[in-house]
Amino acid sequence: MSRLLSLRAVSRAAAALALASVAVAAQAQPAPVRIGLMLPSSGTFADLGKGVTNGFKLYVNEQGGKLGGRAVEYLAVDDESDPSKANENANKLVKRDKVDLLVGTIHSGVAQTMAKVARETNTLLIVPNAGAGEITGSMCAPNVFRSSFSNWQPGYASGLLAARKHKTAVTISWKYAAGDESVRGFREGFEKGGGKVLKDLNLPFPGVEFQPLLTELATIKPEAAYVFVAGAGQVMFVKDYAAAGLKTSIPLYGAFITEGTLAAQGDAASGLQTALHYADGLKNPKNEAFIASYTKAFGAAPDVFAVQGYDAAQLFDAGMRAVKGDTKKKAEMIKAMENAKLDSPRGPLSFSKSHNPVQDYYVRVARGTQNVMTDVIVKGLVDPSPDCKL
Amino acid sequence: MDLALILIQTLNAVQYGLLLFLVASGLTLIFGVMGVINLAHGSFYMMGAYLAFTLTALTGNLLLAIVIGVVLSAVLGALLEWALFSHLYRRNHLQQVLLTYGLILIFEELRSVLVGNEVYSVKVPDWLNFSVPLGSVMTYPAYRLFMSGVCLVLALGLYLLIERTLVGARIRAGSSNRGMVQLLGINIDWLYRLVFALGVALAAFAGMLNAPASSVSPGMGTQVLIVSFVVVIVGGIGSVWGALLASLLVAFADTFGKVFVPDYAGIAIYVVMAAILLWRPEGLFKS
Amino acid sequence: MMSLVTSRSRAAIIAVFLGALAAFPLFGQEFYTELVTRVMILSIFAISLDLLVGYTGLVSFGHAAWFGMGGYVFALLGTKYQLTDSLWLTLPAAMLVTAAAAFLVGLFVLRTRGMFFIMVTLAFAQIFYFFFHDIKALGGSSDGMNLRGKPDTRIGGWVPFELTDPNTLYYFVLVLMAALLLAMALLLRSPLGRALQGIRENEHRMEAIGFPVFRYKLAAFTIAGAFGGLAGYLFAVLNGSVNPEMLSWHQSADVLLMLILGGMGQLWGGPIGAFTFVLLQELLSSYSKLWHLWLGIAIVLIVLFLPGGMFSLFDRVKRLRQGRAA
Repeated sequence: MSRLLSLRAVSRAAAALALASVAVAAQAQPAPVRIGLMLPSSGTFADLGKGVTNGFKLYVNEQGGKLGGRAVEYLAVDDESDPSKANENANKLVKRDKVDLLVGTIHSGVAQTMAKVARETNTLLIVPNAGAGEITGSMCAPNVFRSSFSNWQPGYASGLLAARKHKTAVTISWKYAAGDESVRGFREGFEKGGGKVLKDLNLPFPGVEFQPLLTELATIKPEAAYVFVAGAGQVMFVKDYAAAGLKTSIPLYGAFITEGTLAAQGDAASGLQTALHYADGLKNPKNEAFIASYTKAFGAAPDVFAVQGYDAAQLFDAGMRAVKGDTKKKAEMIKAMENAKLDSPRGPLSFSKSHNPVQDYYVRVARGTQNVMTDVIVKGLVDPSPDCKL
Repeated sequence: MDLALILIQTLNAVQYGLLLFLVASGLTLIFGVMGVINLAHGSFYMMGAYLAFTLTALTGNLLLAIVIGVVLSAVLGALLEWALFSHLYRRNHLQQVLLTYGLILIFEELRSVLVGNEVYSVKVPDWLNFSVPLGSVMTYPAYRLFMSGVCLVLALGLYLLIERTLVGARIRAGSSNRGMVQLLGINIDWLYRLVFALGVALAAFAGMLNAPASSVSPGMGTQVLIVSFVVVIVGGIGSVWGALLASLLVAFADTFGKVFVPDYAGIAIYVVMAAILLWRPEGLFKS
Repeated sequence: MMSLVTSRSRAAIIAVFLGALAAFPLFGQEFYTELVTRVMILSIFAISLDLLVGYTGLVSFGHAAWFGMGGYVFALLGTKYQLTDSLWLTLPAAMLVTAAAAFLVGLFVLRTRGMFFIMVTLAFAQIFYFFFHDIKALGGSSDGMNLRGKPDTRIGGWVPFELTDPNTLYYFVLVLMAALLLAMALLLRSPLGRALQGIRENEHRMEAIGFPVFRYKLAAFTIAGAFGGLAGYLFAVLNGSVNPEMLSWHQSADVLLMLILGGMGQLWGGPIGAFTFVLLQELLSSYSKLWHLWLGIAIVLIVLFLPGGMFSLFDRVKRLRQGRAA
């Protein structure tokens, strides 16, 4: 392996030298804007990290590789979705690499530490997925934005959706922060629509032994059920739910439950209704163009994570355009980003005073391998973020 | 809570317990005979699930996939034993632990390179794809009952293998006194290779069998690993019967923990473990 | 192995090493200053484990429990319940709590030996992991907790130093690490230290001579827990956050790796191992996306070919030289 390493080292040094000479030749050009991508490239969330990265780079490429007139340089760190390494990884990008923008990440715990580092160092941060309420709640800051959602939002929208047809519901979620927040959102939405949550069932994260809870659910016999689990848990839950014969007797609702895993869920998911801020093949011109160019660039259809990455880049560009690439004018940049009205593949996208997305929530039905949009459940949903003092 | 409900939850617990046994049996075997703490056991379980996914896609038949997968993983087990573990028997446990820790990283990354990071699933064979009615609202998937049956057969098979066959006698002898077995002219190296191959095959088999009822995903190995460890500790290292009893005990603690003390369900199995260790420091069955 | 270099050149090497560490922040690279601070904290963590693994022969696979707990004591006192921020209260509290917890757990786990001990310590660490993952009163959350600030160093009205300054924090950790190394050196020469090493060599003989082996082991387990807690406390202070992953079994495995790398039962094994481990990680992760693969391969190769750690490299070189001289 040492030979391999040394070979790599030599080639790296050569590349660095070449780059340096190019840099000298092109000194008249402004220095590239440095973007730190802190996303998982290993572990459970690696695929989500890839979606965000692809989406972000796609937007930049569409602008000819330049934002605000400056070329873009990426610095990537694998955050491993490990919060105990988050501080170090974020500082690597902020203090060592001196990035102008920090982008990340999927895991909420890691993102919260990133938000802390961003606050301490006054670095611009865009969170392209992690839904923890705190990020745009009690920890909100002028320089911290989110291009995805807060856990409350899809939960709330799902609650409204379920309340259209049902009066009682039971929630099932993993016992972890995102699950708690999502369930809280559902409860609020469901009660607003006149329903009543009978019981919250939960199980240890990230366990997948759902049978005991399904049995309990069947004895409570609510009119509907809401579930929040992620990744492998989604597939198992949906399959178990169908196999337990509950799918017809107690309709299941969710937000992310079918996202990215429909192929693996197969027939078990067919017909499931979910509420989310994006849908596969959503009909609008922006999205059609987005799907075409994404598929051409990466050989696969985009998912909601790619959209969130794309919009993170769009949001940053709004700031860059306003100051013509002069990142030192941070206040102006932030002002422009706050007021940005983006044409997102998900539809119109703007930002609340806490810097959380204001977006439409769609009703989607699982058909084959697609979550197809059938209706809009709520337009321009704002997370009230009562803890944010901005 | 009425009786019917308790019965259904008991069924859930038994079914989960048998599955746990399936995963833990290979671990306890390798432990008991070779004295190796195999942290990579979860990786072999994961490998099995991915084998089931890939091979059913190729052959279109789950049972055939399982047969091929078991053979492949046994060969891999023997190779790993030959290349790595055989050099470590005379060293301390710590080095074996760390070696298998390194293997976890290797397997996880190879999985990511070879199959990607998506979540997959395996189809339940058509002839098992139905549910049995259970009470007024619920049904029980037939595949889960089938799995329980297979686990029971396997437990019996392992018992017969170890207690009633010549190979089993040698395994038992090897676990209690390595030197003596060698003196008797039995090739202990091949015996160990066999046991390790068997252990890996068992883990992979568990992964394959469970794949249709579960999902195939990154990180699935580590989850299973920790619970299997608890099973092995509670049951007593190396004891197959201990592992069976402990699996059921752990599954009951988990299932009824979720029902009665949902806020503390995550630690229920560990509390059971602590209580048992207080009573018997070396587990239920000392081998 | 002590004789691998003469005691004079050994003292010189140590002096140069500590001198280099002391001068390091003068380069003014904040990220690297923090990186070395982290490495020194991991060194303290590894040294505390070495007392068990290297000197007493107790291979604990749950040492991260004390690491995380130490951090959480500060998080609970300073942030969640806001009882006190004072360094002079929270630091001793962290060590006392971890010592007490290690003592209680030790009563259980020390009744087992060998493989069993490895597994039982792992299982107990898992219990604590779930405490800080699930129990709200203990700050339990999968996302962990961001801290309000660094510990307050005021004594009355006097502020001896400010831990908010990265360089001060660096020196604070350096002093603690040096003090711990000195304390270990003294401990190993004390009757307790000698008894522990006797237990590592032959537990039964020690018992036969009349040593209360269990009590000695319990003492070692408790002390190691307290210093593991110290390391976790400092780690939390440096990061400004705590989370359950501090207690995960990967963390326990990593610190064991550091010991293997540095050499078990060597006073400097912990620091050398921590430096090597972090260097290895940084190098691999900056060269390759598949760095976990390379790290895994490196671990396998190290276990197979370098079981004595980096120290044994010196030894091998020396033997080679001697061979040539003869």
